[in-house]
Amino acid sequence: MNVRRSNPVKTILLYVAVLAFAVLFIYPFLIQIATSFKTDPDAANNPLSLVPNPFTTQVWQRIFGQTGDSSVPITTWAQNSVLITLVVTACRVFLDSLAGYALSRLQFRGRKAVFAALLAVMAVPGVALLIPKFLMVNYLGIYDTYTAMILPLIVDAAGIFIMKQFFDSVPISIEEAARMDGASIFRTFWSVVLPMAKPALITLTILSFQGSWNEFSHFLVVTKGTPEHQTLVTGLASMTSGQLGAGTQYPLKLGTALLTTIPVALLFFALQRYFIRGANEGGVKG
Amino acid sequence: MASIDERPQDDVSASGARAGQVAAASAGTPTGPAGAPGARRAPRRSGSGIRGREGAAGWIFVAPMIVILGLFLVIPIGMALWVSFTNWQGNTNPFVVGQGTDVVGLKNYTDLFARDGLTRDNFMQSIGNTFYYVLLVVPLQTVLALALALLVNNTMLKGRSFFRTAFYFPSVTSSIAIATVFLFLFSNTGAVNAFLGFFGIDGPQWFSDSRGLLHLAFNAVGIDNPAWAQGEIFGRSLWDWLSGPSVAMFVIIFLVIWTTSGTFMLMFIAALQDLPVEIDEAAALDGTSRWQKLRHVTLPMIKPALFLVITLGLIGTWQVFDQIYVMGKGAPAGTTLSPAFLSYQQSFGNFRYGSGAAMAFVVFLIIVVLTRVQRYVLTDKDERKPFFRRGGRR
Repeated sequence: MNVRRSNPVKTILLYVAVLAFAVLFIYPFLIQIATSFKTDPDAANNPLSLVPNPFTTQVWQRIFGQTGDSSVPITTWAQNSVLITLVVTACRVFLDSLAGYALSRLQFRGRKAVFAALLAVMAVPGVALLIPKFLMVNYLGIYDTYTAMILPLIVDAAGIFIMKQFFDSVPISIEEAARMDGASIFRTFWSVVLPMAKPALITLTILSFQGSWNEFSHFLVVTKGTPEHQTLVTGLASMTSGQLGAGTQYPLKLGTALLTTIPVALLFFALQRYFIRGANEGGVKG
Repeated sequence: MASIDERPQDDVSASGARAGQVAAASAGTPTGPAGAPGARRAPRRSGSGIRGREGAAGWIFVAPMIVILGLFLVIPIGMALWVSFTNWQGNTNPFVVGQGTDVVGLKNYTDLFARDGLTRDNFMQSIGNTFYYVLLVVPLQTVLALALALLVNNTMLKGRSFFRTAFYFPSVTSSIAIATVFLFLFSNTGAVNAFLGFFGIDGPQWFSDSRGLLHLAFNAVGIDNPAWAQGEIFGRSLWDWLSGPSVAMFVIIFLVIWTTSGTFMLMFIAALQDLPVEIDEAAALDGTSRWQKLRHVTLPMIKPALFLVITLGLIGTWQVFDQIYVMGKGAPAGTTLSPAFLSYQQSFGNFRYGSGAAMAFVVFLIIVVLTRVQRYVLTDKDERKPFFRRGGRR
């Protein structure tokens, strides 16, 4: 089997290297979990320890609104995160596949120009869009609303591109048959094409979910940053950067950060192989 | 061994090959090599009677995309370009000249480069900071990603998918959440200083330490703000330009390398797994050392992936924003300012939107130039497009 004779010393070195890296990559998350069950003084005195002493669920009670302290409205943030992520993901998956399908399959005048424009749009770095987005949202009079948070995100150029590439690679014969049988274009798209596109749709769903759940700078510039329009990510950012006058309170901050990480983590562990495909298609997060 | 043996047919066509196979198989058609002509969209098809309705349908299908991207991306860039030529303060209509908004021409741009003042000082400092940031992050994350890919791709290693998951996981989490964890790890009483304490090292106050690493190195050999470094470039002394990243910026550099290496690792793994086995075997039989093989066989063959990772790294690093926002907003002493964050702060903190927009366009320009370089390098070196190839090996 193995061409290279396995040298025990080399094997041990390999494992040492890979385990050292694994510790470096995993330990911060373990510290994060442990710290969310610690008291403030314990977190400061034993930052490396994975065993909370004393063990307390105070942070989690506070996060889930079980204490009288509502100075950090985490439940409101979480509701906003869920609402926005679900709406954005659903819209993106549908609208991106529609556009990707049209750009791949449908013959219409100007298609090449639309696709060229899409490629140009993809090349615009996100950071150059902060002020532009604010200007438009302001101009439309939707500043500091859910509309401003959601509407600009419901289509994304990279997602359309992925779908177009996917449809380009699928044989057309089945659709042709459906069309010959008299099905309308939308009907063919909905009942024949989309079911075939499942792998690409899952990839797109993951990218959209992850993208909108982790979104930060867009929400930062289109809202005032009051709790009613904060998500877990923007709320955590304001807490961490000290705007809530929260002192250090590391257990609370790390607990909130953990809560922010959990949904994407669950999705990641459940659908890992699709994540990996997405990473190779969608590039890097900004 | 399995994942090496079941490598796919040598299909170097654009993306979609594997997914196409899956879809075709589930639809019950003969699979065949995915890149076969039938899998491509034929330019002209039969049944042109149906074509007639496609024109309208096509436009209806792309309409949402055109409206949203036009409204929140294309038009706003034009609006921001206009604002960058004005002194708009945010409280009036920016498109009505007179009532509080005046056209100032190129002043917002010249202020960044040619006019002595706080704006230029901050902007040039942010450029200097980010230059060192990019200079460290891009090579280090590339090397780390490649090292991780080689480790995880090693057939002698058991539990490879576990390790791959561990290395990739930080990449999928929120940058804000990760930055929060690192704020704790590197706090004065944090895990890193506690760890250094085991070795009797008194760790620095990471986030309030504005000393530049190069300055520290100069100081160590007895050089401190010497006469030869007093000349000014864009209003900043040569000595200031030579500061290197501050200790605080170093933490952000570490954080970013730690989070993004996983993504790039996957790209390298995809490239490595597409290498033909025969080459590996031939190299092994020739008795080349591991290092020689890497240097003369593997690296040249994954060059497209290498170029890709470096250029994507360049594009991403120039935009650093989230981490800066959470980890001090430019503090200490402006040594973690990035142009992207400064542009935000100038607009939404100081209400000087024109100036902020001008900064954003300068960053935009820097990145466009880099993207051009990327495209040139990639298409010139190899016709394959590794960016869009899939690597989903389990």
